[in-house]
Amino acid sequence: MTATTLESTIAADTGAALRFITCGSVDDGKSTLIGRLLVDSKTVLQDQLAGVQRGGETDLALLTDGLSAEREQGITIDVAYRYFATAKRKFIIGDAPGHEQYTRNMVTAASSADAAVVLVDATKLGWAAEVTDGEVVKGELLAQTRRHTLLCHLLRVQSIVFAVNKLDAITDAELAFERISNALNAFAASAGVQVAAIVPISALKGWNVVSAHEGWCGYQGPALLDLLEGLPVTAQDEAVPFAFPVQWVEKFSSSSDTSQGRRVFWGRVASGHVEPGQQVTVMPSGQSATVAQVLGHTRQSKTVHAGHSAGIVLDRELDVSRGDWLLAPGAFTPVREITATVAWLDDEPLVPGRVYWALQGHRWVKAKVARIVDRVDIATLEARPADQLEANAIGDVVLALQQPLAVLPFTRSRTLGSLVLVDTATHKTAAAVLVRPAAA
Amino acid sequence: MNARTDSELLQPMHSPAQLSNTHLDALEEEAIFILREVAAAFERPTLLFSGGKDSLVLLKCAEKAFGAGRIPYPLLMIDTGHNFPEVTDFRDFRAKELGAELVVRSVEDSMARGTVRLAHPGESRNAHQSVTLLEAIEEFRFDALIGGARRDEEKARAKERIFSHRDAFGQWQPKDQRPELWTLFNTRLAPGEHFRVFPISNWTELDVWQYIERENVALPSIYYTHKREVVERRGLLVPVTPLTPARDGETVQTRDVRFRTVGDITTTCPVASLAADAGDVVLETLSVDVSERGATRMDDMTSEASMEKRKKDGYF
Repeated sequence: MTATTLESTIAADTGAALRFITCGSVDDGKSTLIGRLLVDSKTVLQDQLAGVQRGGETDLALLTDGLSAEREQGITIDVAYRYFATAKRKFIIGDAPGHEQYTRNMVTAASSADAAVVLVDATKLGWAAEVTDGEVVKGELLAQTRRHTLLCHLLRVQSIVFAVNKLDAITDAELAFERISNALNAFAASAGVQVAAIVPISALKGWNVVSAHEGWCGYQGPALLDLLEGLPVTAQDEAVPFAFPVQWVEKFSSSSDTSQGRRVFWGRVASGHVEPGQQVTVMPSGQSATVAQVLGHTRQSKTVHAGHSAGIVLDRELDVSRGDWLLAPGAFTPVREITATVAWLDDEPLVPGRVYWALQGHRWVKAKVARIVDRVDIATLEARPADQLEANAIGDVVLALQQPLAVLPFTRSRTLGSLVLVDTATHKTAAAVLVRPAAA
Repeated sequence: MNARTDSELLQPMHSPAQLSNTHLDALEEEAIFILREVAAAFERPTLLFSGGKDSLVLLKCAEKAFGAGRIPYPLLMIDTGHNFPEVTDFRDFRAKELGAELVVRSVEDSMARGTVRLAHPGESRNAHQSVTLLEAIEEFRFDALIGGARRDEEKARAKERIFSHRDAFGQWQPKDQRPELWTLFNTRLAPGEHFRVFPISNWTELDVWQYIERENVALPSIYYTHKREVVERRGLLVPVTPLTPARDGETVQTRDVRFRTVGDITTTCPVASLAADAGDVVLETLSVDVSERGATRMDDMTSEASMEKRKKDGYF
């Protein structure tokens, strides 16, 4: 990219950056794809490119594997965040590791992503052998392809794009692409995953990455980068009633202050919006108040919508502290027990009866695993009974809460529907918790 | 190079309409959220403040998060004794202007105590800052240190969490970082452990300069063009100072330069530039082909993993 096109980018304000992750199985070419995006969009600077020359060849994967342990082993252990811009948009990439062992790092990257590019290595699939009469394709996708897709879907990553890589290494690339697409579509349909696009690419050669490789594999669609330029950023949960987790309480010592000694409750609006005159209920105390003032960063009074920080001043002195919630009256019923899907991330397995710390918004409560409902079989997507959830497993559990929490299904509200579990002994983050809709 | 020559080209960037930028707003929002989280979740946080551009941007965000004169944590500077006076003077001025408490701990004191031993008198003190920093953490029992590091600076930094856990020895465990889900930051600590927190992780060098321009963030003068005596060494413009004299056979030249990054005098080099204000620097940043560290840092070039190694040792 030339300076001039970037200047027009800035002048036009391209809006919020698209945060996307690359994921999929080991060696499917994620790091190479990112290297290709960075090099072909001219984001990589000369000294960085000089650092990835090995024996006269450019190894694009070395642009992202930044830890010495990663270079030693030739694998990606943790997420690398990369930044680049085109004339149309800014991007933040999370390059997620493929190994099952590092699923927790992939989930970390997915939790803040607007979109996911799931890499599929065409050379690793038994697509050719599976064909009997030219029609039947048994979807032999790799377990990590399924796991990562499912996790992105569960975490509500808005757009999921499959990039079928290394097709340049296959003689009948068109047939391979067709059959792998069928397998991906079949899997997505059974998992309830909406697919934004399936693109044949060669990360190594740069085909269909930054610029389209006309008609290759019978594909007539846009190159991956063109697709990414058009994907939406995550919409806020605005249709949900007002909910506001109190992050920080600002106390004024001087009564001569304009707020007349009142406290300002700062936080980020989780859902709905807030404006003066609105009634709120404080959770967990259940007290009611009216919003007297709403402050933005400039400390000017305004209406603040979901996703943005606000300072709220109430019309009366109430006991409100960090971790409490200000909620639309009557819209939420606090519960003491929730059923949730968990992605188990700790090496120590989840077992029924154990007590963990749970964090929702800014509130910490104790949560006991009352029972494990089931565990998802990644290969078949069937729910199977389970005694425990090992690292990287996905399953449903019932959590008993020490104090009531106002929750909504994660599918309705990201903030009210998400929690993390933290091991009380090691303080490790053990699980991503997604609240399920209450059983009818 | 003076990038700012075509006045027509520059005009649109400075019209009031361009002062709004959704991307910068989103980055600022994220930084403010994190700065407040630290204030609320920890008992004894501090903000690492060197007087450099990234820490001045952090301070600007802190001013917005808490209001002028209300930043609820002290500022901490680890002084190698080899700083550019323009930067330390500015650091003191800015802290005073904000009414913030400034704590300075110096590598020279650690040397006097014997906890830092230099291999030879001319050795860079930059890496030794880790020792002094860990001593300050112990002295004040800090449980969270906010830093202005950015993931675009360096490959090891690109891997780091926003809330980065450090063990009782101040060590970063890159292979065993805590998952960081949504904005549910797990801030739980065992005694003696602490966090390093990076509110502007997701900013790039260009974002920082655009923000400096948009918000009129004042910087030490050496970030803009000035005349300086330098020698060319291994492709870098090494400043000629009493600490870094010219070597035999090197020619001292007076060049128009500015600093892209400032740190210890013995490791930081300026770049040739005529950029006189933030708008000029934004344009230059758009057209550079060498990274911030590649153009300016002598210490990162020694080994592919030098930043990672220093971070494991407790460097911020």
